[in-house]
Amino acid sequence: MTELICIVCPRGCHLKVDEENGFSVTGNSCPRGAEYGRAELTNPTRVVTSTVRVEGALHPRCPVKTNVPIPKKLVFEAVRALNGVCLEAPIAAGQIVVKNVCGTGADFIATRNLERR
Amino acid sequence: MLDLIVIGGGPAGLAAACSAWEGGAKNIVIVERDRELGGILNQCIHNGFGLHYFQEELTGPEYAGRFIRMLKSTGVEVRLDTMVLDVTEEKEVHIVSAAEGYRVLRAKAVILAMGCRERARGAISIPGSRPAGIFTAGAAQRYVNIEGRMVGSRILILGSGDIGLIMARRMTLEGAKVLACVELMPYSGGLNRNIVQCLQDFGIPLYLSHTIVDIKGNARVEQVTIARVDARRKPIPGTEKIFNCDTVLLSVGLIPENELSKKAGIRLDRRTNGPVVCENMETSVPGIFACGNVVHVHDLVDFVTAESQRAGAAAAEYIARGERPGCDVLELTNGDGVAYTVPQRIRRSGVKKSAEVFFRVSRVCGRSTLCVRCGDGDIAEFKRDHLAPGEMEHIVLPKALLEKCGSGNLTISVKEVSHD
Repeated sequence: MTELICIVCPRGCHLKVDEENGFSVTGNSCPRGAEYGRAELTNPTRVVTSTVRVEGALHPRCPVKTNVPIPKKLVFEAVRALNGVCLEAPIAAGQIVVKNVCGTGADFIATRNLERR
Repeated sequence: MLDLIVIGGGPAGLAAACSAWEGGAKNIVIVERDRELGGILNQCIHNGFGLHYFQEELTGPEYAGRFIRMLKSTGVEVRLDTMVLDVTEEKEVHIVSAAEGYRVLRAKAVILAMGCRERARGAISIPGSRPAGIFTAGAAQRYVNIEGRMVGSRILILGSGDIGLIMARRMTLEGAKVLACVELMPYSGGLNRNIVQCLQDFGIPLYLSHTIVDIKGNARVEQVTIARVDARRKPIPGTEKIFNCDTVLLSVGLIPENELSKKAGIRLDRRTNGPVVCENMETSVPGIFACGNVVHVHDLVDFVTAESQRAGAAAAEYIARGERPGCDVLELTNGDGVAYTVPQRIRRSGVKKSAEVFFRVSRVCGRSTLCVRCGDGDIAEFKRDHLAPGEMEHIVLPKALLEKCGSGNLTISVKEVSHD
């Protein structure tokens, strides 16, 4: 039995995950909590957010995120994949910045619009 | 004469302006001092926003982007790079900008949506010398996420508010070593999920009941000493720990920014540091409304949005119909275990279906009952499994219930059933 705090939403439910019984979850208030509890002990994942360089915009950085969660153990490798990336304004939110991050199938996408200045 | 002036173009101002437009107000201006709309969300590049409002997990810029897009579909005018110098009771708003100089705008209604600012080192009197390398967490967040400047390489964080926790992760991902997060209180001021995904994920220790007792450094921070504190929050000699670091981030609380509210003669609440508001977010000055972190500091932007939509709708109603009768007022007071309530006053005649009350508890509690008392009798009870000062609570009081209770005060208190 492992105790976890659910991070799916700000409510922060106190979960209990039973590894011996097919990772059954108790203490969750919603189905996503059960899914999180199971995943956290089998294949923990995170959405990774960071920034990349951008030229020709109001700011020198553009925020990005992985469009789907990636394995937690690849988080540092994923942010390293952003080193040296430089975008050219205009940027549209949702545009792909790095494809197939570390072979996970996830893409880094821009999370805001930046107009050309 | 304008219908409405909204001061601040962050999440509160954006939602309030959109709702006022939908409510029928047409001549609306948002005044924003920054170069763009979106407020602090623009630097909150992490995800976790919008779960309540959009039922999906967005980053700060994405959340702001959706409201900016909504605003663009309205006829609301936006004045960027423009500072508000003064607001008067007569709803004159004095503004200044490099492009247009000094001007006075007049409106039928005003919405205050100035947000809050961070408590800085001066407000908490940390001992030690005054070298470079001490930032508020939000300032560091702006440097890193928007300006693209790294603030340090070996970092200690004082305070465990959400921005401090988020920055612990952010600085780690940017290649810095975050040595510890140090919290004066015996519990964290941040959300549990942030302790898990920002500290525990990266093995960053959280020292509860500890504080900084010395900062050494000549030009730049070189060494920080922390110590355990006793129940009266005084450092205990002999419990010191020394960290060699070049940067200290402060995440020690947020203060609603109410200089303009004071100038307008608006009554403030000493518990929230924000305006005293009614059920529709109207302040003590008729026609001036307030919403978002200028009223009380929220932990979720989704709740800022909901509150601001109520303020926007109420402002539109005021513009169309004039002042709401102020009789039949219930004053809300905090009983045992409750730190403040928003709203502070409920005009029963103004309640449509129900009144929502937001509040914070003053201590961590296990299984508890929230009691609402009017005069001599309890009129409602709400069960909670867990309560913490870091998590805003909220109850809904139906109109029928409010009408049943007599006049006078409504007191909200916490009765703990069992301790966790």
